[in-house]
Amino acid sequence: MNDFRSVGRVTPQVARFDEEIPLQSGASLLGFTLVYETYGTLNAAGTNAVLVCHALSGNHHVAGFYDPQRPGKTVGWWDNLVGPGKPLDTERFFVVGVNNLGGCHGSTGPMSVNPGTGKPYGADFPLVTVEDWVDAQARLADYLGIDAWAAVIGGSLGGMQALQWTLAYPERVRHGVVIASAPKLSAQNIAFNEVARQAILSDPDFHGGHYYEHGVIPRRGLRLARMVGHITYLSDDQMAEKFGRQLKHGRRSFHYEVEFEIESYLRHQGDKFAETFDANTYLLITKALDYFDPAFACEGDLRAAFARTRAKFFVASFTTDWRFAPERGREIVRALLHNGREVSYAEIECAAGHDSFLLDDPHYHQALAAYLQGIAS
Amino acid sequence: MSSPHTSMRGRFDFESIARWIVPGERVLDLGCGDGALLAFLKREKNILGHGVELDPDNLTACIRNGVNVLQFDLEHGLSSFEDGAFDHVIMSLSLQTVRHTVPLLHEMLRVGREAVVSFPNFGFKPHREAIAAGRMPVSKHLPYQWFDTPNVRFFTIADFDALCANERIQIRERLAFAYGELVNANPNLNAEVALYRLGG
Repeated sequence: MNDFRSVGRVTPQVARFDEEIPLQSGASLLGFTLVYETYGTLNAAGTNAVLVCHALSGNHHVAGFYDPQRPGKTVGWWDNLVGPGKPLDTERFFVVGVNNLGGCHGSTGPMSVNPGTGKPYGADFPLVTVEDWVDAQARLADYLGIDAWAAVIGGSLGGMQALQWTLAYPERVRHGVVIASAPKLSAQNIAFNEVARQAILSDPDFHGGHYYEHGVIPRRGLRLARMVGHITYLSDDQMAEKFGRQLKHGRRSFHYEVEFEIESYLRHQGDKFAETFDANTYLLITKALDYFDPAFACEGDLRAAFARTRAKFFVASFTTDWRFAPERGREIVRALLHNGREVSYAEIECAAGHDSFLLDDPHYHQALAAYLQGIAS
Repeated sequence: MSSPHTSMRGRFDFESIARWIVPGERVLDLGCGDGALLAFLKREKNILGHGVELDPDNLTACIRNGVNVLQFDLEHGLSSFEDGAFDHVIMSLSLQTVRHTVPLLHEMLRVGREAVVSFPNFGFKPHREAIAAGRMPVSKHLPYQWFDTPNVRFFTIADFDALCANERIQIRERLAFAYGELVNANPNLNAEVALYRLGG
């Protein structure tokens, strides 16, 4: 990872907010902390700031690396997009990545100490929604002296936050970049989330969400949740191509240990995730996904909901994404067109399913780079 | 759908179309290629334009040209667009590349107040002469060989007029061109390209 186009070594920063923040659920937090990173330089007019919103398993570490000895192991999750000369060019833009409220990578969340009890919140941490995240991000924008973002960009759940920005703060975002996303989850999407949650909730080590006190983590549940999730991130074709029916040990052994390569892959993904991610955070992020539905307040009419948008948009979908299929992207586009908004839409042919948005498919990056370049000039 | 004729889209075509556009209109350009026409109309008439283009390189070219572009497949129709959503729906030098000609024309007039179409005239004299000599025509506006052409419909100005009459599509204006110049006398024989303003 000695990519000369890397933003290089980065260090997370911390912003503390002491004012109460009301949440959609009716609960509120008396104060909170957000961990964030920035890349590039904010120009004097403050017009070149871009917010990158993360999805389910992401965080504030978007680009660059932490450890120069191990840059590849400590690289940001969207490093192929963000950096000098990259599509989101840090020589032109001031890029901000933030760990959302309720996260498990430093921002206030279930692992934080509840000032009321002196113990970690655990399951007592209030449910937060995409709206709440965006409200918290708006406070970070204030803190950084950013009146309006040149763009808010995100993939999947991150794309929902980009959409929410254009709805909640239409005067504070000039371009919404919404990738591999949807205006709301389908019943099937919610069903997969529910299986993931039940895996965690039914793990004996979950202890009603207060597992920190017991010195354990619901590893098995979190692992299963991630395995289920991972299936929905890949396409059938790609799974067939990558793993097919290959046997791990070259022969059938007639037992329940790993037989097929795909089993080995899913277990590995699950194990890795269970070591680094918090189960309470996973639960509440899946709920935030389920609740997101900007049309809900407009009796299901997305066109009416989008009437308040003012931004220009770039929307992209991937042909093999069945989690948020292209039709979901087109739904967003149609609602924007109805309101006379300027929107470009790319439907990228990429084999990698939902995960395509994290890859550097040439047509995808080419279109996105062109769009972002247009914003900069 | 991709637009193989982008490079041949001359200014004569642009200027004529621009005269039919009122400043600030909403315009949809089907098979918009690199977005040159929409960029021109934005500059000259301050339109709110959207292009439809299937080819990924053209898509990027549109974005580079500052043109809004939607990667929709026109063979699936215009179902993403609402009735009367646009003042003008344009299809420049691409009508001959789509299979569902008649439904598409009606769709253009559903989503637009007026439709603007241009196409190469198969009845152009050099084309007739090529056929008479026993070979398929190859020219500036029909540059392909029979085996590699993206065109799937071959028709003349007279054919298109007859279709419009048959489908009760109103021809509000028709311009014909050869070598970048307006053609007035016997356009079906003397024009290589025709440009129509249509109403429902």
